[in-house]
Order: sequence, then structure tokens, then C-alpha cells
Amino acid sequence: MNRLALRLTVLAASLAVIGCGDKPADTKKTAEVKKGAPPPPSVEIKIGHVGPLTGGIAHLGKDNENGARMAIDEANAAKIKIDGKDAKFVFVPEDDQADPKVGTTVAQKLVDAKVAGVVGHLNSGTSIPASDIYNKAGIPVISGSATNPKLTEQGFKVQFRVVARDDQQGPAVANYLADIAKPKLVAVIDDATAYGEGLANEVEKSLKGANIQVLPREKGTDKTTDWKAVLTKLKGRNPDAVFYGGMDATGGPMLKQARELGIKAVFSFGDGACTDEMPKLAGAAADGLLCSQAGLPPQAADKKFLEAYKKAFKVDPIIYAPFTYDAANLLIEAMKKANSADPAKYLPELAKIDFKGATGQIAFDGKGDRKGAEITIFTMKAGKLEPTAIVKGGKSTPYAEFIGGGAAPAKDAAKK
Amino acid sequence: MDIFLQQMVNGLTLGAVYAVVALGYTMVYGIIQLINFAHGEVVMIGAMVAFTVINLLAAGGLPPLAVVLVGTACAIPVCMLVSYTVERLAYRPLRRAPRLAPLITAIGASIILQHLAMLVWSRNVLAFPQIIPLKTFSFLGATVTGVQLAILGICAAIMCGLAGLVYRTRLGRSMRATAQNPQVAGLMGVDINRVIAATFVIGAGLAAVAGVMVGTYYGVAQYTMGSILGLKAFAAAVLGGIGNVPGAMVGGLLLGVVEALGAGYIGDITDLCRYGPLARAVGERCADGGHFVLFGSNYQDVFAFVVLILVLVFRPSGLLGERVGDRA
Repeated sequence: MNRLALRLTVLAASLAVIGCGDKPADTKKTAEVKKGAPPPPSVEIKIGHVGPLTGGIAHLGKDNENGARMAIDEANAAKIKIDGKDAKFVFVPEDDQADPKVGTTVAQKLVDAKVAGVVGHLNSGTSIPASDIYNKAGIPVISGSATNPKLTEQGFKVQFRVVARDDQQGPAVANYLADIAKPKLVAVIDDATAYGEGLANEVEKSLKGANIQVLPREKGTDKTTDWKAVLTKLKGRNPDAVFYGGMDATGGPMLKQARELGIKAVFSFGDGACTDEMPKLAGAAADGLLCSQAGLPPQAADKKFLEAYKKAFKVDPIIYAPFTYDAANLLIEAMKKANSADPAKYLPELAKIDFKGATGQIAFDGKGDRKGAEITIFTMKAGKLEPTAIVKGGKSTPYAEFIGGGAAPAKDAAKK
Repeated sequence: MDIFLQQMVNGLTLGAVYAVVALGYTMVYGIIQLINFAHGEVVMIGAMVAFTVINLLAAGGLPPLAVVLVGTACAIPVCMLVSYTVERLAYRPLRRAPRLAPLITAIGASIILQHLAMLVWSRNVLAFPQIIPLKTFSFLGATVTGVQLAILGICAAIMCGLAGLVYRTRLGRSMRATAQNPQVAGLMGVDINRVIAATFVIGAGLAAVAGVMVGTYYGVAQYTMGSILGLKAFAAAVLGGIGNVPGAMVGGLLLGVVEALGAGYIGDITDLCRYGPLARAVGERCADGGHFVLFGSNYQDVFAFVVLILVLVFRPSGLLGERVGDRA
């Protein structure tokens, strides 16, 4: 009891101190303004970020947020002037819980807060419904990780993305799988989300195009942990390979259970389950997994970015942080070019931008998709994701050749 | 056939977990006619505590079995304490209140526990360290893992132990007396509050064991895992006849099997291309080996509740249910 009393006194005392500390500062500020000496004109520019900060893929959401946050912090340190005024960028991070319903609520919240631009959302399932809200408000939004084609197929002028689409990623992973595993029969599973189902559809289409037989689709949900029933059914059909469109939180248990059941098929996942969490979630069963990411691997991003990220957050980027970093920088760059933070004024600049980011040269096509976006194929070896190939424009290059061959992504894109 | 057997094995394992959780619901209901909705969260806390302990010890070089046992041994008292506290704070003050009041505090307690766990263990999916070496046994073509055998064995042991407790001990006699008529039992010298608290504590111990089972079986734990598991176990308890100890066991196992078989076969059964006239109606989607599946295995979670509804409609007292007359 004594201790509680002590704490309360300390708390009260500190509150009092804070209270006292604040007031003089405030009056000073107002005094300064009143003195009439022209204060350096400044303008506050709000930039929103949306990703899931709670739920099964909160780690990915935080990764995305860190990338965008770093871009904002750097822009503030660089003391950018827009329209003759000191630009002060304010970062507004929001949590959409990877839930489409929450996604639209949060989008409306950002619109109401009058943000100048938005980085996000992380998931396709939340990005697509939210894009309509941003479009009506005329606020530019750049996703650093949503890969469902539909996102940029809605004809919204404000919607951009800096990663590849699933109709590029799906064929890339499907063709690689067909090349490496030479399967005759493939099972395709998805988690019944816009992302998972969309990607699984693309993979199935490509596999069928390559004359590979595909089993009827099996489904789980984005919260499924018990895959045994589905996997047992598959075991009876004996596929040579399995593709799963879903996230790592569900893919990990699936892989582990498949090996427990003695399924020997090659497993391949899309970008949502192509993370370093996989070996933790699936243990030794993760080895041999093929998976793809809709961009260059984080370790191939700009060195300066990687060092700064590690310094700022004490961890390495998981997957899409370099892309959200670029997305935030694109917004800022377009504002600089237009000399305005007014969405209507800087949007045309954003649409025709040509910018060298941490993930290479970035320019958008008419739909808002990134031109010449890369897809990376990884293989899990001894608990580590190792990039094995880069697919660009439907052409696959071994990773070592891509990095060593001097074909730096920046130069390549510039040639186009 | 081996696939069918495999689905049975999966279902029985899942069912054993449901059964152990369902025992907690049914014991409490049997004695004070309260549906303790916080019970699922107690399972979750059991898994979380075990996760923390196993994680700490995993690197220590102890044999895996010892690590899991220590984890369980730590989870049991924590769960008992949590459950006792909930009973003391949320249910006991409402002992004489209308039936609806403690039901609402139960839901409240469940929300509070879930969010406390979120604060303590974060919102992420926690991966259990994979310390138990994967041992598989072949049984008529079906693969059975060591963990599955352990779950089934523990489940059977718990059942026997509990039957012994209820029918052979002094505490068990007090419990049965309290279930029959609390007032009269009190007049006969039974300390009702102590008996009720003991029921909660025993249920919580079982919940802790179930939490460790789920955690080691699937290898993942998250603060939200308790709610759906709790609901399904509740469905299992109702299926077997709520208030009836063997009923919970039967209900749990049955529900697990229904779920596994349902999820395993619903896709084939609802594939319209298998049925001539329907296939023609669907048209070209059935061309060259195509499929048109109405319901996929993502309906897995629905089976438990379909079964619950069917039971409530056709046999409200459950499979082994009794004494519904004086309770309704």
C-alpha cells in the first residue's frame, strides 16, 4: 500500500512539473509570434501509412511502417522547402488489422485528417476497398506490398503501387516451379482472401497453360491453424507439388503438418508467406520451400538504405520495407517537383515521375503499376531464405548472375 | 481407406483436445448451471505460459519431454489461479443473481483475459520452439505422430482420473451433492463455495493441459486462439449433454471426427461435376476433368456449429444428457 501511495505522489509530482514546464514555453511561442518578426513560414504536410499492426501479420505491418517512417524522418532532417515554406512532414500511422472493414474506416479517418498522401495498405484485401475512398477524396495512395491486379485495374488515377502484380508474380512462381520440380500434378490451396485467392488463380492459370494437371482448389481461412483435413485429402491424391496463396502465419503450420503427414511434395508459397518467420513457424519442415516476393529481395536494396534502417530500428527489413520507403519518398519527391503538397497539383507529377529509389528506378505505367517490376524466387535452405532467381518481363535470371552480371536494376530500368 | 483412417486419426486428436476443454465447461455447468465463457481464454493462457517456459528452457539442453512437462507444470497453477480469481471476482458475488447476470460477467471476463494476454504476449503469432523430434508411426497406412499419441493417451488418463475423482472421493461426493441441490448440500455440511471453487480450479488445470496440447500439436499460439476453441468445446459439451462428464468426452471426440471428415470430404461431395444432370447445368466448367465445388474445406469451422444446432433442435438434452426437465 505504501509503495502505491509513493508512486501516486511521484506521478502527481511529475504531472505538476510537466504542467509547469509546458505553460511558459507556450506563452513564449505566442509571444514570439506576436512580436511581429516574420517567423519562417512553415507548412505541415501529413502523410499517412496503413498496415496491420495487430493480428497474425503485425510483424509485416510494422516492417512496412518502419520503411515509410524512415523516409519521413529523412525528409524532415533534409529541411525541404515547398512553395518557399519549410515543409514539416507529419507521419500518421494507422492500423487496419488486415481487415477490409477496418481498412475502409481507417482510410476515411486519414481522409478526414486531411493527409496529403498515403502509403499502404499492406494487404490487397484492405487496399482494394480503401482505394475507392482515397479516389473520391483525390488523395494519392501508393502501396508497397499489395499485389492483387484488381487494385490498379479500377481506373483510379490516385492509386499506385511499387511492387509487381500477382499476374506477374503468379506466372513467375508457377513457371519456376514447373522448371525445377517438373510436377505432373499440382495442388493449389488458398486462404479465401483477395490476395490469396487472386494469386492462387494466377498460379493455377499458368500451371494449366504449361499442361500441368491441377487438383480442385482447397481452401482455408486467414486464421486456419488446422490444415490436417485438407492435407490428408491431398495426400490421397499424391500431388508432386503444392502451391499456397496465403500469409506466413497460416502457411507455417500448413508446411509443418504436411511433413508430419509424410507428404513429400515440393511446397511453394507467394510473397505473403515468403518471410524469415517461416523457419520459426514450420521448423525444419521449411527447408526446400520455394517462394516468391513481388520485388527485389530486401538484401538487394540500396546499401545506404539497409544501413540506415538497421541503425534506426535495430533489425533488418523483413520484406517490403524498402518499397514503403520508396513509396513515401515518391510522394515527397512529387510534392517537391510540383512545389505543392496539394494532392490535385502534385498528382500529375507523381504519375510521370522517374525516380531512383532504394529498390531501383521507379516509373509508373498508365494504370499506376510499376514499370519493369521484378519478382524474386527464393529457396529455403537451412532456415534461411536464399534468392535463387530474378524474373523480369517473364524472363528468369539466376540471382548470382543478376547481382554479379553488373545489370544493376537502376541501369536496366533507365535503358527502357 | 488409409486416407479415411488418417482423417479419423486427425479427428480423434482434435476431438481429444475439444473433450478436455469441454470437461471444464460441463463440470461448471453441472454444478452451478453457469456457462463459463472465460474457459476458452484459460486454455489460451495455459498455452501462452507453457510457450514462455518452453522458450526459456529450450536452449538449456534438457530433454524435450522434460521441458514440455515443466512448461505444463508451470501452466497448470497459473491457469488455476486465473480461474479461481475469475470465479471469486466475477461469479461468486452473483451467485444469487438471475441466471443472465453471471453469463454476462463471463463474457466480460473472457474479453478482459484475452486483452490482458495481448498486452503480456503481444499480438503476434507465437511459434512454439520445435523441440520435440518428429516421430511418426505407421498404423494401417495412416501416419500417427508421437504428439498425437500423447494427446490421445493423456485424454484417456484425464477421463479415468476425473471419473475416479467424481465417483470415488469425498470431494467428488460433495460435488455431486452440490449439483443435485446446493441448499440441501449446504445444510448437510458441504462447504458449497469451496466445492464450486474446486470445480473451477480442476477445470482450469485441464484447460492448461489442453492449452499445452494445442500449442505443441500445431506449433503456434496467439492471444485469440481461445475464443473459437472455447466455442467448439462448448458445442462439444452440449452435444454430449452439458453437465454430463462422460458426455463431454463423447461429444468432444465426436465433434473432432465430424469436423475432420466434414472438411476432408465436403469438397468431393459438393463437387457438382460428379452429378450428371447438375454437371450439365453448370456447363463448361466441368469440361475435361474440371470441378465446380460448392463448399470447400474452409467451411471446416462451420461443422461444429451445424452439429450444435442439430442437437439443440432434435435432442436438446444432448446425446448422454439427463435432468433437463428440472433445469429448463
